[in-house]
Amino acid sequence: MEKKLYSINAIYHTPNDILHAAKAVKDAGYTKFDVHTPYPIHGLDDAMGLKETKLGFVTLAAGILGAVGMISFASWVAVKDYPQVIGGKPYWSWPAFVPVTYEIAVLLAVLGTVGGMIVFFFKFPNTSHPLHDTTFMKKVSSDKFGITIQAEDAQFDEKKVRDLLKTTGGEVEAIYYSDEFLNFKPNTFDPKFILLLVGISLATSAGGYLYWNKVLYLPPFDWMVEQPRFDVQSATDYFEDGRTMRLPVEGSVARGFIPYPYKLGVNADSVGRFLVNPLLNTKATLDLGKRKFLTYCSPCHGNFGNGDSRMNGQFPNPPTLHSDKVRLWPDGAIFHTMTVGQNVMPGYQYQISREERWAVVKYIRTLQRAYNAKESDLQ
Amino acid sequence: MSSTVLDYSKEIPVIEGVPTAASLDEAIVKPINDFPQRNWFIGLAITGTMLGIGGISLAWLLWKGVGIWGINQPVAWGFDVVNFVFWVGIGHAGTLISAILFLLRQKWRTGIARFAEAMTLFAVLCAVQFVIFHTGRPWLAMAWLFPYPNQHGVWVNFTSPLEWDVFAVNTYFTVSAVFWYIGLIPDFASLRDRATTTIKKTTFAVLSLGWRFSNRHWQHYERAYLIMAGFATPLVLSVHTIVSFDFAVSVLPGWHTTIFPPYFVAGAIFSGFAMVQNVLIVTRKAFKFEHLITMDTIEKMNKIMLVTGTMVGYAYIMEFFIAWYSGNATELFVFINRATGPYWWAYWTMMTCNLVAPQLFWSKKIRTSLLASFILAIFVNIGMWFERFVIIVTSLHRDFLPSSWGMFIPTMWDFGLLIGSFGLFFTLVLLFVKFLPAIAMAEIKAVVPGAQPSHPSHNGNGTSH
Ligand code: HEC
Repeated sequence: MEKKLYSINAIYHTPNDILHAAKAVKDAGYTKFDVHTPYPIHGLDDAMGLKETKLGFVTLAAGILGAVGMISFASWVAVKDYPQVIGGKPYWSWPAFVPVTYEIAVLLAVLGTVGGMIVFFFKFPNTSHPLHDTTFMKKVSSDKFGITIQAEDAQFDEKKVRDLLKTTGGEVEAIYYSDEFLNFKPNTFDPKFILLLVGISLATSAGGYLYWNKVLYLPPFDWMVEQPRFDVQSATDYFEDGRTMRLPVEGSVARGFIPYPYKLGVNADSVGRFLVNPLLNTKATLDLGKRKFLTYCSPCHGNFGNGDSRMNGQFPNPPTLHSDKVRLWPDGAIFHTMTVGQNVMPGYQYQISREERWAVVKYIRTLQRAYNAKESDLQ
Repeated sequence: MSSTVLDYSKEIPVIEGVPTAASLDEAIVKPINDFPQRNWFIGLAITGTMLGIGGISLAWLLWKGVGIWGINQPVAWGFDVVNFVFWVGIGHAGTLISAILFLLRQKWRTGIARFAEAMTLFAVLCAVQFVIFHTGRPWLAMAWLFPYPNQHGVWVNFTSPLEWDVFAVNTYFTVSAVFWYIGLIPDFASLRDRATTTIKKTTFAVLSLGWRFSNRHWQHYERAYLIMAGFATPLVLSVHTIVSFDFAVSVLPGWHTTIFPPYFVAGAIFSGFAMVQNVLIVTRKAFKFEHLITMDTIEKMNKIMLVTGTMVGYAYIMEFFIAWYSGNATELFVFINRATGPYWWAYWTMMTCNLVAPQLFWSKKIRTSLLASFILAIFVNIGMWFERFVIIVTSLHRDFLPSSWGMFIPTMWDFGLLIGSFGLFFTLVLLFVKFLPAIAMAEIKAVVPGAQPSHPSHNGNGTSH
């Protein structure tokens, strides 16, 4: 394996020596040189002629990104995506976003600085540098100070460099490396590497699957899934009628609600005169009425109110709703029948709200009109 | 250190004697490369047992739920939140030593900075476990703590102090960890070059990222360190401020006070220094670091405890005064109830340990005595734990409505987790001093006499001045 010269180095014993040597090397016009010290030494940056670091700009950019990003995000959540009134304050209570904004600004500034420094300024991680694992490195990592002048330097001349370093009082040595070592590039499509990736993804998928789909359904994680409560439409021994769902206690009245005053058995026709349909003939009303009619009334009365029930034979057939009787009834009479029932037909006031019942009346009127259309309706 | 009158015209040396950089390496690396002493294993056995107690308590907690604790209405925050605030507070000393004292150019911090930073991390870990487990079903806590897009269409509440706390503690932990790691990189590189086994060498080579001690890197590195110290300083103040908001933003008498943020920050530093002091004195003895962590350092730490302890004591008294001065009957009742109610013993433990005990540090003899420093630091730790207990429990147990008064009686599981958190903390400390350099090698070498160039104009041999 052919070895190439990486650099000529010199080791010094005191901080003063290294300072002078660094200055001498800089003054001699070398640019590709470096100084290695076990700890930072004051004044070395000037001696080497290094420019002020630009790291601060990275910090600034990352910090601003964090601050602006976080306050915008919090504002978007609070105003647009998930507006909540909290403590009676306006949606956009920006002073309350200051703490989180501050924390994220600091977080991004620090991570940005460190990440930027390591990746862009240091080009780390890099554990295969020619200087690694040399006696030179072992000395400067402990208590010696070293200079390296790289062979890449434009005015590099081995003899001249050695002479220069000697005159500054250093112990001169050279570092060689093999091209293969430095240009080693890992092969992405190495089967072993791919196998590793596949293995990792399988393991994480399996782990995630087990955790979210299996483990979380084991005790104690599932203890809140099983709750001692009744579900709707289920049976129970607890109540006499065997049902879990309860009706309101007899005579209970909802807040702000005036109970329907007429009882079963009152003549629908006479009651109907006192009731006025509060709804207008709008499309929304008729749609609502149609929906409720098809849900609650059609099983017995048929889809069009003809009394051709789907329950034929299992329940006394209801009369048609297109009879003269019902057609000539005032709206209130149909409303009353629907509310309290009539003979075998039960009342529907618990299932269908007051407004919905009026809408059903409107829909029945529409059906009646359709069945008894006048000449003029056809145009 | 002789006890003669101090000559203030000279800087007190950070470390004693004139060690060479190589001998420093030797001393610091020794515990890492040597087989540990018997005492280390004894210590690990003790802390491991404590950790085990914590583990059992935790398993039972996960199985049964938070009902195994003594908490209930009206005291729904018990040991969980007491321990959280206690441990977060401990962490603050580390950042103070590594960041604030760095900005103030206090060189004596060098010997203890690494240590204190590690303790910060461990303390915050101990703290975080309590807030996670007190949520009841921590396996779902992700959803309550972090804003992430989810199918419920729900976001966290950014105006809640509890949410601020999530952000503050997370940022604090991350920044402390990064700060610590950055400080360790050159030391990892030193360890890499002095490693005795291949495993150690590979590990340290990877951890050092390939550090080459190049001055072209040191240049950025030093700036990064300065920037991070600059950020960590206000950060550490913000963290305990926000922790105090968890209380102060509510309207509960005893919590709803504007003095809380500064008072909490002072208390955090106070308790943190006490904990660092305790661990430091033991390590210093065990690893023979007497010349690196000098008596002078310990004395300075005691002085800081004296200052912060007095600040905390002032806050206690001022709170009482304001309760009376405000003319608010409920507020006054809460404070009188603290001192004379069913939890009077907690209040007076706190007062004795935090207000009276550190005042002994006025005496030079006491603050330069290892034994006294150690004992008083333990007192401070106890006192600061009780401070949080007093603030949380006594404020909750009796507030506006006498019909809803109640008592908090901790169960054995409360104590189990408290012991467990100490076990976790000290186990981590023991592992740290064994496997990582407990003193920042690169930093301490830089403050040895003669480590820096003498005046540029004269061409001397690096004599110190
Ligand atoms: C369980 C089957 C059933 C359902 C459901 C039902 N009805 Fe009836 N309905 C009847 C029967 C049966 C009669 C005849 C009762 C009688 O014998 O007087 C009747 C009668 C009527 C009458 C009076 C007709 C007349 O000529 O006396 C009206 C109006 C009426 N129903 C409207 C409705 C409306 C509106 C709904 C939907 C809310 C509805 N019904 C739901 C079974 C039902």
